[in-house]
Amino acid sequence: MRYRVMADTIAAAIATNRFGLGARPGDIDAIASDPRGALHGQLLGPAPVLSRIGLPDTASILERVAELRMQRKEAKRGLSTGSPGEAAAQPAVENLPALLRPIYVDDAAARVQFAVASDRAFLERLVHFWSNHFAVSVDKLAVLGIAGSFEREAIRPHVLGTFQELLLAVEQHPAMLLYLDNAQSVGTYSEVARKLSRRRFRDGTAGPKIGINENLAREILELHTLGVDGGYSQADVTEFAKVITGWSIGGGQGRQHGGDPGRFFFRAGLHEPGRRRLLGREYRDGGHEQGVAVLCDLAGARATARHIATKLCRHFIADDPPATAVDRVAAAYMGSSGDLPSVYRALIDAPEAWVEPLAKFKTPSDYVYSSFRALQLPLPDGPKALAPFELLGQRNFSPGSPAGWPDRSPDWDGSAALLKRVEWADQVGQRVGSRIAAPERAAQTLGGVLGERTRQAIGRAESGAQALTLFLASPEFMRR
Amino acid sequence: MTHISRRRFLGQGALGIGALGLSGLWTTRLAFGAPGVGADGRVVFIIMRGALDGLSAAPPHGDPGYAALRGALAIPPPGAGDGALPLDGLFGLHPSLVFMHERYAAGELALVHAAATPYRDRSHFDGQDVLESGVSLPHASESGWLNRALQLKDAAGARLGIALGANVPLVMRGRAEVASWSPSKLARLDDDTLQRITDLYSKDPVLSQRLADALASNAIAAEGQDMQEDTASAPNAMTMNAPAARRGGAARYLETVRALASFLRRDDGPRVAVMETSGWDTHANEGGAQGQLAQRLAALDAGLGELCSALGPVWRNTAVLLATEFGRTAAANGTRGTDHGTGSAAFLVGGAVVGGRVLADWPGLGAANLYEGRDLRPTLDLRCIMKGILHQQLELSDRELDTVVFPSSGEARRRAGLIRA
Repeated sequence: MRYRVMADTIAAAIATNRFGLGARPGDIDAIASDPRGALHGQLLGPAPVLSRIGLPDTASILERVAELRMQRKEAKRGLSTGSPGEAAAQPAVENLPALLRPIYVDDAAARVQFAVASDRAFLERLVHFWSNHFAVSVDKLAVLGIAGSFEREAIRPHVLGTFQELLLAVEQHPAMLLYLDNAQSVGTYSEVARKLSRRRFRDGTAGPKIGINENLAREILELHTLGVDGGYSQADVTEFAKVITGWSIGGGQGRQHGGDPGRFFFRAGLHEPGRRRLLGREYRDGGHEQGVAVLCDLAGARATARHIATKLCRHFIADDPPATAVDRVAAAYMGSSGDLPSVYRALIDAPEAWVEPLAKFKTPSDYVYSSFRALQLPLPDGPKALAPFELLGQRNFSPGSPAGWPDRSPDWDGSAALLKRVEWADQVGQRVGSRIAAPERAAQTLGGVLGERTRQAIGRAESGAQALTLFLASPEFMRR
Repeated sequence: MTHISRRRFLGQGALGIGALGLSGLWTTRLAFGAPGVGADGRVVFIIMRGALDGLSAAPPHGDPGYAALRGALAIPPPGAGDGALPLDGLFGLHPSLVFMHERYAAGELALVHAAATPYRDRSHFDGQDVLESGVSLPHASESGWLNRALQLKDAAGARLGIALGANVPLVMRGRAEVASWSPSKLARLDDDTLQRITDLYSKDPVLSQRLADALASNAIAAEGQDMQEDTASAPNAMTMNAPAARRGGAARYLETVRALASFLRRDDGPRVAVMETSGWDTHANEGGAQGQLAQRLAALDAGLGELCSALGPVWRNTAVLLATEFGRTAAANGTRGTDHGTGSAAFLVGGAVVGGRVLADWPGLGAANLYEGRDLRPTLDLRCIMKGILHQQLELSDRELDTVVFPSSGEARRRAGLIRA
């Protein structure tokens, strides 16, 4: 094994560190005879399921939210009508963040542990890539409890399916409908809006204003499918927003009741009726089916293929992806009708991906995952598992915007960001440096990418702690 | 800047990171320094990411169309309960903007309204790109307008710019070397390890530069936090949601503002700073005089108050521009919020500003006046304001502004008289 030529361990380092989430000891040796084949192998078999006892599904989380809201309403009513004695007897009703935060922590920590332990880390990186492509953020309270279940339910099962399946699952998931405000979007000429305006007319008061919210429609076109230069107009956005009015969530009280609580529900009464013309095609009014038809066309569009190919190549090859690679990956998308494994295979087979090791500066998440994997550190439970991500500037499930976390070096290599990483590396070095032989570990996990300068610096360190710090802080480990 | 002040900085800097042995790192090349900048002007650019609702932040309560268009989102006119803070007959400020209103009265705040960049679509990400790059098309430049302004001033690699955040946003990216700073909970490294990492990076131009910048910035920021007892405490509003939008966010925001002040206070420190705020994308339940947006505005306002007091006398030389990528729809949407629009408000505040006035060519909110029938029509190019600030604060010529800082932007004429002579 140790007589293998250098070129193999460079390719193996690219396969484990750039395509995967970071080499564990032994990973590079294990695949050095055929790094590309090893990646292809990870695409075989069903997508891994993150199942862990105690992780609830979206519907049950949203049901608990609804229950809590009811209890609070009742508690309020009790306070205003009941005697002081009765009010005091009301059990304290917990607030929404107190209910949702532990669910968020459990889910995010399970995800971290899953990623650190994964044998199919390329596939796991792809799951994270799609979660980021279809970003939801826990900065919005409505998403706090369900960002994790969103990934488990809408992303993971489809990561080896077609883009169309993935898209349909995502846009009908309650997390996305809440994050981008579609659950409450109402057609101006919908049944419900017409009823309301008649009532308004009778009693002479202006009722609550209801209408369309175009947020989800715009981001589907701009971020999820065609891309910002994909050739759509404001009129297309507005028309599309009308198409997906009624895409909402089941449950609700009284007249609003309908569907399965906490699951996707097409509320026909909120849907804007009529044919719609957008992106050069006409869609007959088929209720829910109208939106499905638009999404299917979007999934098949050439602009979508290009947009997805560009993002994948940027993530897996270089900040400014070579046009030749993008062309081939986009062609694989079109040629397979968006079959994702075919797209991934084109990516693995792109020669451009194997030319330049260390082409990408790691994001904070990349950095933490690869550290934990290289060092085989036992992961703490709960909030402690999440702390490093937040410290280094990438809190789990909280990209700042619907565009997701950015994916180029200048977004991550600021001086303060770098110093934080180095300080964190030092902390890790001090904690476990005496137990891990850094020189050997660096060679095992960086393979042929480990440079002479770094090798010497680690070898000459004054202590095990310092050696480990230098390994984690090295230019080679900062990049992938 | 005198030789003495630099030497004092070196001593304090070294102490600040507990790394006396490293003071050799800070040769003139690595320290902050401002040789070659004649003016004392300071420029702070606060990016409001997410598209600020200018019609709520600075309500045109005197426009006959306003109340009806906005419905429940409308800010009541001055004098009414929770009413706008009065500016003139037409405009007011959101009732959360108490400090900013005081500055208006003191002649230190100018409201800029119905303004926009040249960008006319409605993507946050492209809109922010244009706001920051200073060119008319998205993704057409890898550098930002503030960095190009610094390039013209950047004698001998002096760090004239700083980004308050872990990473440098586009507006500050480019050839001129800039630093970044953000609060850290992590322990500092010991001298020996730091020295070895510095050596390890010495053949890596990017990492070695970044590390040196970070150490220099930390030293200065540490001084600022030590001085916080001396500065006036922030208004109560800071206990509410800061733009960071999470627990502890308010405290971190204040810490960042104080650090910002400590950078700008120095004679030999940076002259230009950028800070980012987010959470302005109010698609649902935006609120009016109270609510979601009101809380964010209050936090922003309190942060400015803190900046003013922490800057002390340097506030007199400071111009702060607060701007966003575009505005929001003139009418409320179906979910008690507003969707992406076009024209919005911006604010120019600081002791150097010729304030107490509104800079706007008001297009009106009548149906026929709205841009594409839905948005506040932009009648003022934000670049005119940016140029006006840089012209006086950094002493840049019109030729430099029209060709280098904002390439091929001659049609956006610099607005004169924004800054006290």
